[in-house]
Amino acid sequence: MKRGATIAWLLFLFSVPLWMTDLYVLHVLIVTGIFIIAAMSLNLLLGYTGQLSLGHVAFFGIGAYVSSLVSLGFEVHLLPTWLVTLEAKPVWFAMLCGIALAGLCGWVIGKISFKVRGAYFVIVSVSFAEVVRLVALNWVELTQGPMALNNIPALRLGLPGWFELSFLRKPANYYLVLVVAVLCYVLIRRLVHSRAGRAMVALRENEPLATSVGVDVTKFLVLATMVSAAMAGAAGALYAHYVRIVDPDVFLFIYTVTMVIMVISGGKGTLIGPVVGGLIFGLLPEVLRAFAIKPEVQWVVYGVLMILVVYFLPDGIVPAVRKWWQHRGETTAAGDSATEAAR
Amino acid sequence: MDQLLQHGVNALILGGTYALLGIGLTLIFGIMRVVNFTHGELYSFGAYMMFMWVMLAGVNFFLALILAVVLGIALGAAVEILLLRRLKGADIDTTMLVMIGAWIALQNAEQLTWSGVAKSIDNPFPSSPLVLGPVSVSWNRLFVFVVALALIAGAYALINRTKLGKAMRATFQDRETAALMGVEINFIHTATFALGSGLAAAAGALLGPVFVVYPTMGDLASLKAFAIVILGGLGSIPGATIGGFILAFMEELGAGYISSGFRDGMGFLLIILILVLKPTGLFAQKERIG
Repeated sequence: MKRGATIAWLLFLFSVPLWMTDLYVLHVLIVTGIFIIAAMSLNLLLGYTGQLSLGHVAFFGIGAYVSSLVSLGFEVHLLPTWLVTLEAKPVWFAMLCGIALAGLCGWVIGKISFKVRGAYFVIVSVSFAEVVRLVALNWVELTQGPMALNNIPALRLGLPGWFELSFLRKPANYYLVLVVAVLCYVLIRRLVHSRAGRAMVALRENEPLATSVGVDVTKFLVLATMVSAAMAGAAGALYAHYVRIVDPDVFLFIYTVTMVIMVISGGKGTLIGPVVGGLIFGLLPEVLRAFAIKPEVQWVVYGVLMILVVYFLPDGIVPAVRKWWQHRGETTAAGDSATEAAR
Repeated sequence: MDQLLQHGVNALILGGTYALLGIGLTLIFGIMRVVNFTHGELYSFGAYMMFMWVMLAGVNFFLALILAVVLGIALGAAVEILLLRRLKGADIDTTMLVMIGAWIALQNAEQLTWSGVAKSIDNPFPSSPLVLGPVSVSWNRLFVFVVALALIAGAYALINRTKLGKAMRATFQDRETAALMGVEINFIHTATFALGSGLAAAAGALLGPVFVVYPTMGDLASLKAFAIVILGGLGSIPGATIGGFILAFMEELGAGYISSGFRDGMGFLLIILILVLKPTGLFAQKERIG
């Protein structure tokens, strides 16, 4: 039954471009999908290892910038006399570079975070994002600074002479984002149900105890940060080649906050939570805009909602609904909760 | 050499206000275990109050400064009573999320009220700078420095010499025991948050007329305050004072000799370096969290 519902959902999601002719709605769904990927990656850290990364947008931005730069090619002086030149590369390769570099940065941050926890980790991650933003803003020769990187090519796949798929139109991009999102979901699901995932949860629940039974803290924290960063980098790369312009504003703290709200409101530490939270907070701005509400008011609403969620739904929407559902059918609960827990 | 001296003087003057920011944040963390993300908003609130009283209401500059600080204290007390009191005993991540929500709401309310355009505030000081040999300082900055030092001294006196300060220190050391000895913990928390907020508002009200006032000015102030506090060790007041001056020196020298674009990056590099090399900060105090 569970499987049937999942397949029905997937069929529904894949059918959307067939009947949805409003391109603006598709655009909103694509951007929401990209943010859901980022939120899922954040959930891996925040929900499963318990580390609140407030610099997550750095990985997103690194993915976007690296992927754009590799696909555009660049010339840059690393030293006054040392010129590094890179020819423009195909987009799929550029995206992989973006993902790899974001993952590498995640590895470094994970190594640092081995020493620090709690408030310290939060502040390290915020600082890291801010340093990266300043580099993007000031290293004009490489990043064009505030002038932004323009004319980023869209993704093209295929064999020369045989067939070619170019992701220029909205429906194609919608499918691309959906496929990547499903892949990320499956990957995270496999990861958290593996031995590594159980080790991460053990760290979240009681670190000294986990260490005492032989869980290698550093190894799993670094692994989680790296996978999470690479996934956020993938979201960034998708974003860059969809919007096709990248400026230092991709590093704005407010995007990290959006991801955090998505995860917390949906339910951290649940697989489906970031998707639910992402849909709500990805579509909410459009609803608010329909009522001609200014963006500042929208952000005030976000802030207040965040406070309310922490007060009234501290575990998030998904666990709250699940609890209510189980409460409703006490008699059949035994069987259901087993499958629920397995999700 | 002359240039270096000038940078040094600039840094010393900036350092006073940085120390104010840092002391407020470290007090709140030390006593309440709250990572206060609204700290920068209190800073910009102070600056906007200065703008409102001086430029819109035409109040005397010095009176406006006092009003701005008093209003900052009131706003801080309100935030504590409305948002934090009911979260007592919650874990640090929960309060952090609430403070982030409050920060976003406050900042955008500010942007809505005052619009995003940067504003400048007139000051009553002579525009020709004070020249001492190779170094020149504007009178306004000198005033900022003197007031900042006075406020730092005031905060030290409050914490070390008054009964309220004694209760604060007791709460810092051991909340439960302090409560058993008859310390009203709720009141101490409100007082601490109000005091820290007042210091942040004072820093904003002092620096507002030196620079310009804009809604997101608080973000950098928050992050710098974090840098200062981590440098000095979370919860250490002398650490925050010295950390403020160290950050100001690093920024001045970085801007002067490396690139002015990276002036604001210095603080973050400093945080990352400190946490890699000496995670407890320069003035380690009590245990680390987590």
